[in-house]
Amino acid sequence: MDVTFKIKRQNPELPGKDKPYWQEFTLKDVDPTDRVLELLHRIKWEQDGTLTLRRSCAHGVCGSDAMRINGVNALACKVLVRDVGNKVTIEPILGLPVLKDLVVDMEPFFAHYRSVMPFFISSKPLPEDGRERRQTQEDRERFDDTTKCILCACCTTSCPSYWANGKYVGPAAIVQAHRFIFDSRDTAAKERLDILSEPNGVWRCRTVYNCTPACPREIQVTKAIGEVKLAIRKGSPEGIIKVTEIVERVVNS
Amino acid sequence: MQIHKHEVIIVGAGGAGLMAALYASKNGADVAVVSKLYPTRSHTGAAQGGIGAALGNLDEDQPIYHAYDTVKGGDYLADQNAALVLAEGAVEAVIELEHMGLPFDRTPDGKISQRRFGGHTRAFGKELVRRACHAADRTGHMILQTLYQNCIKQNVNFFDEFQVVDLILRDGAAVGVVAVQLATGDFHIFHGKAIIFASGGWGRCWSVTSNAHSMTGDGAAIALRRGIPMEDMEFFQFHPTGIYKMGILITEGVRGEGGVLINNKGERFMERYAPSVKDLASRDVVSRAIYDEIKAGNGIKGKDYVYLDVRPETVNRYFAEEGRKERIDAATVEKKLPDILDFCRTYLGIDPVREPMPIQPTAHYAMGGIPTNVDAEVLADAAGTVVRGLYAAGETACVSVHGANRLGTNSLVDLIVFGRISGIKAAQYVKTAEWQELPADAGKEIQAEFKRIRASKGKTKPYELRKAMQHTMMDNVGVYRTDATISKAIEDLKELRHRFLTDISIDDQGNRFNTDLMEAWELGCLLDLATVTALSARNRTESRGAHSRDDYPQRDDANWMVHTFIHQEGSAQEPSYRIDTSRKVDTSLAEKDERFVAKKRVY
Repeated sequence: MDVTFKIKRQNPELPGKDKPYWQEFTLKDVDPTDRVLELLHRIKWEQDGTLTLRRSCAHGVCGSDAMRINGVNALACKVLVRDVGNKVTIEPILGLPVLKDLVVDMEPFFAHYRSVMPFFISSKPLPEDGRERRQTQEDRERFDDTTKCILCACCTTSCPSYWANGKYVGPAAIVQAHRFIFDSRDTAAKERLDILSEPNGVWRCRTVYNCTPACPREIQVTKAIGEVKLAIRKGSPEGIIKVTEIVERVVNS
Repeated sequence: MQIHKHEVIIVGAGGAGLMAALYASKNGADVAVVSKLYPTRSHTGAAQGGIGAALGNLDEDQPIYHAYDTVKGGDYLADQNAALVLAEGAVEAVIELEHMGLPFDRTPDGKISQRRFGGHTRAFGKELVRRACHAADRTGHMILQTLYQNCIKQNVNFFDEFQVVDLILRDGAAVGVVAVQLATGDFHIFHGKAIIFASGGWGRCWSVTSNAHSMTGDGAAIALRRGIPMEDMEFFQFHPTGIYKMGILITEGVRGEGGVLINNKGERFMERYAPSVKDLASRDVVSRAIYDEIKAGNGIKGKDYVYLDVRPETVNRYFAEEGRKERIDAATVEKKLPDILDFCRTYLGIDPVREPMPIQPTAHYAMGGIPTNVDAEVLADAAGTVVRGLYAAGETACVSVHGANRLGTNSLVDLIVFGRISGIKAAQYVKTAEWQELPADAGKEIQAEFKRIRASKGKTKPYELRKAMQHTMMDNVGVYRTDATISKAIEDLKELRHRFLTDISIDDQGNRFNTDLMEAWELGCLLDLATVTALSARNRTESRGAHSRDDYPQRDDANWMVHTFIHQEGSAQEPSYRIDTSRKVDTSLAEKDERFVAKKRVY
């Protein structure tokens, strides 16, 4: 089958192409089971080498090729063309500055990630026998879903609250924090909950739910955010005080 | 050119690079990690089934058994001192990963859970052992994430999306690397006292591969061009179970959980090839068996693939036949192999709990690479002369722990154990080493090469040459080879290399994120590595591990218990190659223990 791609392009270093513009490419002999990534490669290799995108593993585990495909965030390597039809619109993910074509500046995204203390902290002594810490299967299961995150940014850049306010930490950072907050071995849940109860933390989430279907790893993102909100309300007194302050500030403003 | 000065420069941010960074940093060195990808995009994240360590959480186990399996799995080409370092280091390393927060699956009593994997046995081959520590079927992902998280905690300096394109040596010592900042196209020099290459493999030399697009062997190719030999390049592993045509990896963990390989007659053919461990024989053995079945007309629908069947009814039938008590159901498969099910549902539209998966061998892992000793120091020659200030670890290195064929899970063990050693050793080295000045012409040569690629006005697009290279390597230097097929590949590669130097053109003349240019340069790396792979393969006139010669079907211990060192010499335009096979395999365990003496490999 023939497939037409309409791709949003931009190259800030090239006069005339420094503003976003659309360009169409048509590919012949497309197999319905071809991945969108393969077809973008075909365009790059056979028609226009200047088309620029990130990619690496090509099977949905490295998180490089997040983009908007027919208006929905996805990894290009996890979308088959038969699922999106023979007219495909491709845009960079929204809410991050475009560096060139489909490549966006990921630094603001990773800065939010780093802000939630995304690393294991334990003040408990290590087991005396020199072996692993013990954890029950149930405790391990508690945070399994959020360990799957590959930091592709599909969730964060599908979030209207993030589009409106880039200071919001965004769903991915909350998912990463969730992975540690609910890990029975970790002892810094309170610090993370404090960070996330700040004005640009979880309360910017309006439960729009765009994030969950956008996740290529099928993480229940909205649920994880909800659990963090609940933990702030229930688990940490300081968190509740901060919530009250925020409510007051909003009411008084 | 902007110059950055850090004591230890690490090239690559996968498992080995991050482990090296953590340990160099914890040991007081000022570290910079330079990586062409964001660290979490590295290919370590694609490793699935597990990391082997003789924890003995479910079955009685000891590091010496793991060392034995590694040596036997490597068809007795692994250096036995290195295999012991690997097996003993694995236990401590896995415990340490858990202490860093890695979310391993758990046993009912809360310990790290372990599963069976190909070639891993108890008591010197007595029976299969549960040794692979796992986190569902995304163990590599968890290792990569955990190490990156700990590097952030440790405040390691990262230079993300800086692609290293040259190594700077002075008076035989490593003093820095040259990198392109992808966002700007600018060249930068990273001036260091020690350089660690942890830059991964080169599976993209072949057309069917489990490897990421970025696995283009940059680090190894750069080293080769700067006079560092490559060791044992003829040994490249084909993983038996790649998704048909796509090459995407289906973990050996599927077979560890009871999955079986089935031919078009519905026969579990591995019973004939490896009567004892059957589907869990070493990867080289299983890949050859699949090729033999296909050749005998037993491929599914007469094509070049077979089935991998993990349907509970199939698995339970064979469990019952073998007198094993365990049984599985669809929920167990979902729980233990979620990503595999996802891949099959996404890419094949089939559900492995209801249908078998079509699979074929896929180019997977370089056993060879930059030669090192057990301290991760790079060797300049077969005599073992150390290159001062230069280290290598992970897939790009050849210690050699994997010998002629790597055991499943041992890639992750290698990353962790030798990544750590390289970081510690480099940190020790920089404490006493003096800063060396950069040569006056540092970076000039590689800038000229990039200028050449940009300006080249030929008729050929780089992807056409890449495709041709991948096909000749797949057809001629694949699971089975002969002198004739390898010679054909060498001729093809020579022509492709010539066209790369004289007849290419690229479209993108910009600076910012010029992936057109970078891909063309990467093709040059692949062509160089494919060439030394084929030359090394033609030179080794025996069959051992992943190197199977139809014209020399037997292993030849009398002549070939030696490593291949290949040197690239002369100019880039007309290189010559020198092969040295004087380095003998370390057999220090065999000297004390008869069980480590090379013998016929039976599974």
